Amino acid sequence: MFSRAYRLVITLPPLLWVAVFLLVPYALLFCYSFWSVSADQVILHSWSLDNYRELLHVHVYLQTLFRSMWIAARVTIFSLLLGYPLAYYLSFHAGARKDLFYQLVIIPLWVSYLVRAYAWKTILGSDGVLNTLLQYVHLTRHPLEFLLYSPFAVVLTLTHIYTPFAFLPIYASLEHIPRNLVEASHDLGASPRQTFWRVILPLSIPGVLAGATFAFVLSLGDFLAPLLLGGPSGIMISNIVVSLFGAAYNWPLGAAISLCMLLLVLGLLFLSENLEKKWSFR
Amino acid sequence: MTSQSEVGKQTRDGAQPLLSIRNLAKSFGKNRVLRDISLEIAQAEFLTILGESGSGKTTLLRIIAGFETADSGEILMEGERLDLLPPYRRRVNTVFQHYALFPHLTVAENVGYGLQVAKAPKDEIAARVEQALTMVKMTAQAKAKPAKISGGQQQRIALARALVNRPKILLLDEPLSALDANLRRQMQVELKSLQREVGIAFVFVTHDQEEAMVMSDRIALLRMGELEQVAPPREIYSRPATAYTAQFIGHTNLLRGEVHEGVVRCGSLDWPVDLPDGPVLYSLRPENVRLIKAGAGGPGVNVVRFRGRVRHRAFHGSTEMLQVECVDGLKLSVRASAIEQRSDELELEFSPQDAVPVRESEERV
Repeated sequence: MFSRAYRLVITLPPLLWVAVFLLVPYALLFCYSFWSVSADQVILHSWSLDNYRELLHVHVYLQTLFRSMWIAARVTIFSLLLGYPLAYYLSFHAGARKDLFYQLVIIPLWVSYLVRAYAWKTILGSDGVLNTLLQYVHLTRHPLEFLLYSPFAVVLTLTHIYTPFAFLPIYASLEHIPRNLVEASHDLGASPRQTFWRVILPLSIPGVLAGATFAFVLSLGDFLAPLLLGGPSGIMISNIVVSLFGAAYNWPLGAAISLCMLLLVLGLLFLSENLEKKWSFR
Repeated sequence: MTSQSEVGKQTRDGAQPLLSIRNLAKSFGKNRVLRDISLEIAQAEFLTILGESGSGKTTLLRIIAGFETADSGEILMEGERLDLLPPYRRRVNTVFQHYALFPHLTVAENVGYGLQVAKAPKDEIAARVEQALTMVKMTAQAKAKPAKISGGQQQRIALARALVNRPKILLLDEPLSALDANLRRQMQVELKSLQREVGIAFVFVTHDQEEAMVMSDRIALLRMGELEQVAPPREIYSRPATAYTAQFIGHTNLLRGEVHEGVVRCGSLDWPVDLPDGPVLYSLRPENVRLIKAGAGGPGVNVVRFRGRVRHRAFHGSTEMLQVECVDGLKLSVRASAIEQRSDELELEFSPQDAVPVRESEERV
C-alpha cells in the first residue's frame, strides 16, 4: 500500500485545484446572490432575498427560463431521435464498418463549436446556401426569414452539436447488451421488431437517460448558439446571465439566476442517476 | 464399412425421422467448420452431439436453431424444409450455454416470454408458466429477477422457458458446463428424466463423453467437422468404428498388427481372426484385460495369454489403472480391482472377441 504522505502529495494538487477554482467561486456566487447593487453601481454587501423575489416577479426571467427549457427539450428529443437509430444501426447492423462509422460520428466533436455554429449561419442566412438553393430551384421567391435568428435555428444548431453526446451513451449501452439475449428472443419466437421493443429498448434505457441528460443539460446552459443564431426571439437564459454580469452590471441578480440554474441541473442529474439505477440490471 | 454420409442415417426405429440433416456444410472464411454432415433425429430421442472444442458441434446446433445459415445442404423437419425459416418461425427452442435469461424480466416473465410474443391469452400464459415452473421446481422464485437466483436455478428457468413453448426439438448448448461437479451430475439425471416425461426430442451438445454416455439414447461423435460415428452409448463404447472414437470415448489400447493367413500378430501376441491379409488396428479396452491369479490353470480355449511387468499404477478408488509392459516392449493399460498387495510380474489374458478392429482416423486439414 502507498504511504500516507505519498497519498497526500498525490491527492492534494487536484483537491486544491477543485477548491480554488470551483468551490470558492460557487461560494462567492452564493454570497453575491444575496447582495445588491446601488444606483451608482457599487455592490452592497447587505443580505436579502430581493434578487430571488425579482426573479419570480419580473416576467422576462421566468419566460426566458421556460423558453430555454423548451428549446433544450426539443434539442433532447431530436438528438435522441437521431442518435438512437444511428447507435442502433452501428451496434447491430454495421458489421465490419462499425469502427469507421463510429469515428465519423466522433470527428465533428473535434471541430470547434464556434466553427459549427458559424457554418449554420452561412447555411441558414438570407443570402445563405439554403435560401440560394431554394430560390434557384424556384421553390421560394424570397429568402425565408424564419430560418436564421429564430428558436428554429438554435434548436437545429444545438441538435447538430449535441447529437453525438446523446449518441455515445446510447451506443455504449447497446454494445453492452449480450447478443445471446437477442438470439434467445428470436429463438422464443419473437420477430426482430418484437425483440427490439421487448429486449433491446428496455436494456438500453440507461444509455437513453444518460444521453438525454447530456443533451438537455448542455443545451439548457448554452449561450453561443442563441447569441449567434437566435435573434431576439431565440434568447436563452444564459444570454441574460451573460449580460447581467457584463453590460448590465448586476452581478447579484446574475448570481441568483446562475444558482437557480445550478440547482435545476443538479436536480436533473440526481433524477436521471436514480432512474438509470432503476433501469440497470447487472 | 459405411461411407461418411451414411454414418448418421440410421435412427432407432424405422419411422419417419423428426429431423433430417442432409449434406450440411459450413465454412467461416477458410476454416471449414462442418463438412457433409448427414444425421437423422427420431421423435422423442435424446441425441448427444459430442466433440472436442472446435469440432463444429456448436455451429451445427446454431444452424438447426437458425442463428447461422449453412453454405450447402438442407434440414427437414417432418419432411418440410426447416433451414429456410428464420429462427423465430422454427418449432425449435434452445437452452443457451450461459442461459441468456432476460435480466429486466422476472423469472415468470422470462418463462412466459415465448407465449407472450405469440399473443397467447393471459390466463393461458399464467397457467402454462405455473405448470412449467412446477415442472422445474421453481414456483417459489417466480417473482425474482434472474440476477437474484443461483446458477443451477437459472439453468432450470432456461429449461422451463424453452419447454413452455412445446417445441418439437429442444437444443441444449453445453448447458451444464457452468455448474460444479455435484450439481452437474444431479442435473444430468434430472434432465434425462425430464426428457422422458415431456417426450420431446433433445439435441444436447457437450464435450464431456461421460455426460454423453449417462444421458443419451444415441451419441453423434463429431471430429473436425465430420461425423465419426453415430450409435447408442453401449455400442459406441463396445464397438467403436474408428481409432479416434475408441480413444475419445473411454480409455483404450490401440494394437497395430498384421493379418497373415487367418492369424493376426501384434508384437508377441497372436490369435486367429476371420479377416483378409493386411495391416489391422485393434482397440482393446483396459477392463477387458484380466489378471491371472498365481497357480491358476493353463489358458482356457480361445484366450490370449501373456506376461508383463507393471511400470506404473494410478489409483482410482475401486479400480486402479496399471501400465503393463510386455516382453517385447508393447505397453498396455489394464484396469484391475484395487488390491494393495500385488507383484510387479503379472500374467494376463484377454478374449480375442474383446479386441475390436477399428478404422484408422484419417488426418483432416
